[in-house]
Amino acid sequence: MPCEEANHVCDKTQYKDATLWEKIKLNIHLIYCRACREYTKGNTKLTRLFKKSEVECLDSQSKETMKRVFNKALHKQEQQN
Amino acid sequence: MSNHQINPNKWIDSYSDYLFNYTISRVSDREIAQDLVQDTFLAGLKSMKNFKGEASERTWLISILKRKIIDYYRKINSNKGKAEVRINYKDSESEGDWLEERVADPFDKTAEDNLQNSELGDAIYNCLGKLPQKQAEVFKMKTILGHETEVICNELNITASNLWVIIHRARTAMADCLKENWF
Repeated sequence: MPCEEANHVCDKTQYKDATLWEKIKLNIHLIYCRACREYTKGNTKLTRLFKKSEVECLDSQSKETMKRVFNKALHKQEQQN
Repeated sequence: MSNHQINPNKWIDSYSDYLFNYTISRVSDREIAQDLVQDTFLAGLKSMKNFKGEASERTWLISILKRKIIDYYRKINSNKGKAEVRINYKDSESEGDWLEERVADPFDKTAEDNLQNSELGDAIYNCLGKLPQKQAEVFKMKTILGHETEVICNELNITASNLWVIIHRARTAMADCLKENWF
């Protein structure tokens, strides 16, 4: 497995999107590849930080609704000025 | 000194997630949080002329949002019962002040865990703010909202391999950005 693919599988693993076979191949690669081990370490840490932070964001639909209401008000205000 | 500009056209794209995250850690209800953020933008729009440029747009909007959250708690508290409780103060100077002023500030999170978490949340949002908008959008959908790859691809009309390239770039940039203080 080349490094590029290893990193890709590592990314997928963060979202539980990698297959078992992919994970096995990744782990074999990590045994002999220091650079990818570093990448995996940082990547895993990033996932853990996000979990710990419990950050939230708006879903796209809510954002669209928000934009619609806001743009209406913005338009109205621009006309008044 | 007025070195900060105001441009409401970009508010929702730039700040809605940050404000939402700020709100939801304080009101714990998605719908209410969303309404409060919406109200904040509308209130900001109305009082745009009061923006002096001393603080950044985001800080200015947060200060409006804080008022909105306080108002929200006032409202639900006054719905509970109209009784007012007056207590005796030790010195005459503070006489006439209300009990509410002496209870713990709900926004003053003293528990270290909470403090650290909100600092981490701030750090994450600061780093997200440095990503290109499209990259941030895909990354947030995948990482924070936890959407399936297919769902995101359909919604944004991109291919799966496209998505993974974006995710990879975003993750690398985020890890770099957070490295200094959080790794």
